[in-house]
Amino acid sequence: MTWKLKAVKTNRIKSTMEQIVGAGFAPDVSSYYTTQAEVRAYQRESVTKGDKMNSRGLRSQLKDSVPVAGLCPQGAYGLQDSLRSGFTSIKNELLPSHPLELSEKNFQLNQDKMNFSTLRNIQGLHAPLKLQMEYRAARQIQRLPFLPSSNLALDTLRGSDESIGFEDILCDPAQSEVMGEPHMMVEYKLGML
Amino acid sequence: MALSTVLETPGAGFNFDNAARNAALEGLFEGGQTPTPLKTGTTIAGVVFKDGVVLGADTRATSSDVVADKMCAKIHYISPNIYCCGAGTAADTEKTTDLLSSNLSIFSLNSGRNPRMVMAVNILQDMLYRYHGQIGANLILGGVDCTGNHLYTVGPYGSVNKVPYLAMGSGDLAALGILEDGFKHDLELEKAKELVRAAIHAGIMSDLGSGNNIDICVITKEGVDYIRPYQESEYKDDRKMKYKYRPGTTAVLTEKVIPLKLEVVQETVQKMETV
Repeated sequence: MTWKLKAVKTNRIKSTMEQIVGAGFAPDVSSYYTTQAEVRAYQRESVTKGDKMNSRGLRSQLKDSVPVAGLCPQGAYGLQDSLRSGFTSIKNELLPSHPLELSEKNFQLNQDKMNFSTLRNIQGLHAPLKLQMEYRAARQIQRLPFLPSSNLALDTLRGSDESIGFEDILCDPAQSEVMGEPHMMVEYKLGML
Repeated sequence: MALSTVLETPGAGFNFDNAARNAALEGLFEGGQTPTPLKTGTTIAGVVFKDGVVLGADTRATSSDVVADKMCAKIHYISPNIYCCGAGTAADTEKTTDLLSSNLSIFSLNSGRNPRMVMAVNILQDMLYRYHGQIGANLILGGVDCTGNHLYTVGPYGSVNKVPYLAMGSGDLAALGILEDGFKHDLELEKAKELVRAAIHAGIMSDLGSGNNIDICVITKEGVDYIRPYQESEYKDDRKMKYKYRPGTTAVLTEKVIPLKLEVVQETVQKMETV
């Protein structure tokens, strides 16, 4: 229930937004506003489609609520690439179009969080701390920015080198049909862009 | 401006980019028929008997109102001692059982042992729960391991049930009736096979989505006996698949031979270079 605490602690601008939108929803003023009508429309849609998403956590259901490190931030000066990503639609950028989209995007993160907290409860603080240090070190072993990395060390640490899931079969990044422009990618990584 | 050439590679696994497009396309049909995935509208059943487990399935795969496959194999191999019947969306059951089989074979290569039923069931349960029922796979797992003979069912949302006899699929009500009537603990092999056959037969007779032949798979400590087909349907059509006629099929009525008279006009000899 940490989002409720956040609502209490926010400044006056945010609390007025909360009053406008309705209790239990404190949007980020700096990004986008969702009106109550839109929230209701989304709820109605979810009911007719058969999935039951609770509106309580609507903020966490917005797509960008958990920042996962990608390479191209869509909002900042990113051109709309109609060929690759289709027609623009604000709703498609804000709300997930499939009930599994968010849970799949954050699945690995959530698994890790859960495992580390269990480990912390059983074995004390040192165990997850040491493991996370190793994860961080393994995550830094990458190739050049435009080349896919096999993440062998990270897989071995996680134990996912001994199991096969859908992420190994579908959409293998090593066999992706598109590649970023090498010079641009390296310049972006180095901050020279 | 230059940022448009910087690409964020899509993550591995399921890609939901087309979900919004599909929703928009469904709106175009305006309540008409959208293309549906191939379901197996099935009858599958399993029974635990004295020495092992018997699994049975029909062989019809339907695509809404049309029979898409008359000899579909619904009993999938998981490991040498575990087999799995699948009902629901055909692709989902295939892929899920394939993934399960690969995971278990990695395990048995690592540990040198045959996997246990509970391991298979747990892996399946985790996998299906993660996708919250979007993977439409109703599975019956049957196998023999060092702890005994087991029969489990796993639902699409990850629910697990351990039972001595079981039927699933669209014809499960009819099959379950036969099983409830005829099941006893510690049946003999022939009686168990006959019970499963009768159950699947009842499902085939009472359900439109099940039909054609019956497959039976018997798993015991000694090994597996996969009988495909155990019983063929009476309405089987007899297509030869080969339409070549052997010489002599057509009768010869008359024969007339005219020899051609040839004259040698020119003769040239070219020597070949032989080393």
